[in-house]
Formats: sequence, structure tokens, C-alpha cells
Amino acid sequence: MLARTIETVQRREGGRILAGLIRLCGNFDVAEDALQEAYIRALADWPKNGLPNNPGAWLTRVAQRIWLDRRRHEQKLDVLTDEALELLVADTSAVDENQNHIVDDQLRLIFTCCHPALAPVSQAALALNTICQLNVAEIARAFLESETTIAQRLVRAKRKITETRIPYEVPTPELLPARLDAVLSVIYLVFNEGYTASYANKLIRVDLCSEAIRLIQLLNTLMPNQAEAMGLEAMMQLHHARRDARQDAAGNLIPLDEQDRSEWHTVAIQDATRLLNSAMRLSQPGAYQIEAAIAALHCTALQASDTDWPQISALYGALWRHRPTDVIALNAAVAYALAFSIDGGLARIEKIAARGTLANYHLLYAAKADLLRQKGCLDLARTAYENAIARCENQTEKRYLEKRLQSL
Amino acid sequence: MQYMLLIYGNEAAWTNLPEAELSKGYQAYMDFTDEIVKSGCMRGGSELKPIATATTVRVKNGKTITTDGPFAETKEQLGGYYLIDVDTLDEALSWAAKCPGSWGGSVEVRPLVQDVEVSLNGVST
Repeated sequence: MLARTIETVQRREGGRILAGLIRLCGNFDVAEDALQEAYIRALADWPKNGLPNNPGAWLTRVAQRIWLDRRRHEQKLDVLTDEALELLVADTSAVDENQNHIVDDQLRLIFTCCHPALAPVSQAALALNTICQLNVAEIARAFLESETTIAQRLVRAKRKITETRIPYEVPTPELLPARLDAVLSVIYLVFNEGYTASYANKLIRVDLCSEAIRLIQLLNTLMPNQAEAMGLEAMMQLHHARRDARQDAAGNLIPLDEQDRSEWHTVAIQDATRLLNSAMRLSQPGAYQIEAAIAALHCTALQASDTDWPQISALYGALWRHRPTDVIALNAAVAYALAFSIDGGLARIEKIAARGTLANYHLLYAAKADLLRQKGCLDLARTAYENAIARCENQTEKRYLEKRLQSL
Repeated sequence: MQYMLLIYGNEAAWTNLPEAELSKGYQAYMDFTDEIVKSGCMRGGSELKPIATATTVRVKNGKTITTDGPFAETKEQLGGYYLIDVDTLDEALSWAAKCPGSWGGSVEVRPLVQDVEVSLNGVST
């Protein structure tokens, strides 16, 4: 019971407490150790003295005290006197009541974890570990990696932050757009990892999607009116709203046009659409808003045949101008096929295939196969499905493609 | 904290530049050096002579082996460096982005090992 309470407090407030502690101690590891020790003391103290009125404030105070005592013990007080340290801690407690400081600390933590000097996977692991308070085992499970790998990655990332002096600051205005972009791509990476894990047998790992949504919501609360961040939240909410309809009870993939739309979470779709509208009113266009608009068009069609493909095709064109990658071009080609002409779409796919960059991308062949099937070219469709299956690493998607192949 | 900005580029492409282009390149470095000196954070730096002048020394089992050339043949070669003293990695990275070596080539940013333990908020202990 108590362990559960502490876990809830940790999940809800741990990231915020840690963010403040890191500013105080100036070091990730030291701050985390102090907070861990505070949790252990809570386990002993709370049953005796009852749950504090404000458990988060209690943990903060105790962790600060633990850090202070350790500094004394290590006699590292030659720089700062006892008195100065007491004042520093007292001062931090006072400002912790101040909302602005809490906001700044959490933003600092987000921007430091997502610093481009760290490898993208390390950024994601660090963000999940510190801001979302997931432990090594949980992150390892989420990324399907061994605990040792994740632990090493976290150690290296924290060491690089300290040793190269990555600043614990919200970036200056001239750096902000690029750095915010980096934060958004880390959150998107976490979401995508949850949405279609390429090696997982399970198609959707709801936990990881929820963590990504939690991160983007936190960012949008801390730093409002950033159109692209709002666009990303809307996009993830729209995809997430379809989670229950994407798989059947046996775990088989159900494609968009065959999904039971009554299983979509309509309130989430309405909220996300509203958020996207406010984002677009800020007149800072960008790729995430366009992706969200595409997802919104899918989510607001009452049935698959109502889908506004011409509009989606135009949006993919706009998206490609922001992100001229072959994967986007492939999506644009499929939208064009469904909006205007299957032959025209297939011709575009052939052009993309000729460039060779997607030679091992199973969805290139799957898209081609689907269009050929709709056109009635079953032999060519068969070859394309076989090519897709050979390159697909997600078991759920693979089963789906095999089913499609057999139904030809 | 002190950081090295290590400038890597294609030496052959640099030396084969037409006269006008080459002097433009040197002008860009002179402007950058002026700016970094004025900011007060420059601690040292120089262009290096071509890799043809490099000699590599290894000691194996007490025996000194001296070979002609750089330690490894790579597409980009170390061509020069700046040593700067700034507060954070972000400042070092923004100097690296201003350095002409990062346009077309690349600049590796490495902190120096220093005697004092440094922490995030810059308090030396």
C-alpha cells in the first residue's frame, strides 16, 4: 500500500523534484542518489508518522538534506561554508513554492536530456529515466534491449553531460528553434518506438506511447504556444485514439480502412483536432502540424470511403517540401493513387524504387502490392507481397501481409 | 572549461583551390580568428602544415618505430585547431559552427581534462 503511494508520488512528482535537485547539486548522479535515499527514508518514516500533507515537498526537503549531509561528510565544504549551504538549501525550498522556478527546472531537464551532443537513443533513454522516472528495467523492456545496454547508455550520457559541461539551461532564443526541434524528435522517437516497434511481436506498446504523450503534454504546459509542439501532441493523440481498433483480439493488425471506427476514442480525437486548430492559428507552419492534419482527416472520416484523399494528397505534397525524404514521397504516391489514379501512383512508386534508398523498406513493396491488388494485377501483387514479407521484421505486420498474400 | 576545436577537412581539395578561392578561405579564417580573439576566449591555435609533413612515432616493446605520414589515412585530415576557454559546451559548439572549417569540413569539439572536478553549474570543487 505504502510502496504504491510512494510509486505514485514518484511517477507524478519525481521528475519535477529531480529537476530541482539537479540544479542544486549540479550533477545528475548525485541528485538521483539523494532522491533514491529520500524514497527509502519515506518507506521508513511515513508508516510511523503518517503521510505528509505534501509528499513531494517532503521528499524534496529530505533529499536536499541528504545531499547537504553527504557534502559535509565528504568534507567538500572548503568552497562553501556550512552556513552558505544551509542558505542555499533554504533558498531552494522557498523558490520551489514558486511556480516559475518549477517550470524552469523541468524545462532545463528536458533540454539537457535532449541535447544534440547526445546520441538520439541516449536522449530518449535519459528523458524516460529522469523526466518520466522509468527505471532501467522498464526502459530496457520498452526498447527491447538488455538492462546492461540501457544502464551503460545512461551512464555514458550522464558522464558526457558532466564532462563536456552541457549546460543545465533552457537554450537562448537564437538556439531555441533548433533545440526545440531536437526535443520534439526525441519525443516522436519514443512514440514511434511504442507505435510500431520494428522487432516486437506486439504491434503497439501502449506504455511507451503514453509516456511520449505525457512528455509532450508536459512540454506544452511548460512552454505554451509553440505551434510545432502542439502539432506533435495533436498528431500523437490522433494516432493513439485509434489504438484499440488497430489490432484484433488475437493481436492481428487491422488496416485503417478495415478498422471499426466506433472503437476510436472520439473525445481524444475532438480534443486533438481542437489543439491542432489552435496550433495552426499561430501561423508557424511545420511538418508536425501537417502530419497531424493528415491524421485528423483520417480520424474524422465517418467511414473509410469518406476519406478526403485529394486533401491528404495535397498535404503530403506540403509535408514533402518540409521533409524531402523518400518515405514521405512514398506516402504521397499512395495518397495520389487513392485520390486521383492508381496508375499514376504506381508510376510514382516505381520512380522512388528506382532511387534505391528504400530497397529494404517493406512498406515500399506492401504499398505497391496493395495498389496492384486493387488494380487486379494479381501476379505482380503476389511478387510484391512476397518482397514485403521478406523484409518485414515486425511479426504482427508480417502476419497481416501473409494474410493479404493468401487472399489473392 | 577549455575545449579544443579540431578542424578536419579534405586537404587535397583545399590545396587545389584556385588562388582567388584560397585567399577567400584564408580571409574567412582571419575574420573568425579576429572575432574569437576579441571575445577573449581564445587560448591558442594554428593551421597545421600538410599531412605530407607528418611523422608518426610508436613505441613497441621498447622499440621506437617511426613512420612517414599521419596515424591513419582518412578522407578528412586534421588541418588545424583552436583552443578556447568558455563556460559550456553550447558556447564551444557555437564557436565551432562559426569556424570556417565546419562549412564543408567538420570541427570536432573536445573538452580538455583539467585538474579540477567540474560540475554542471560550474562550481569547481
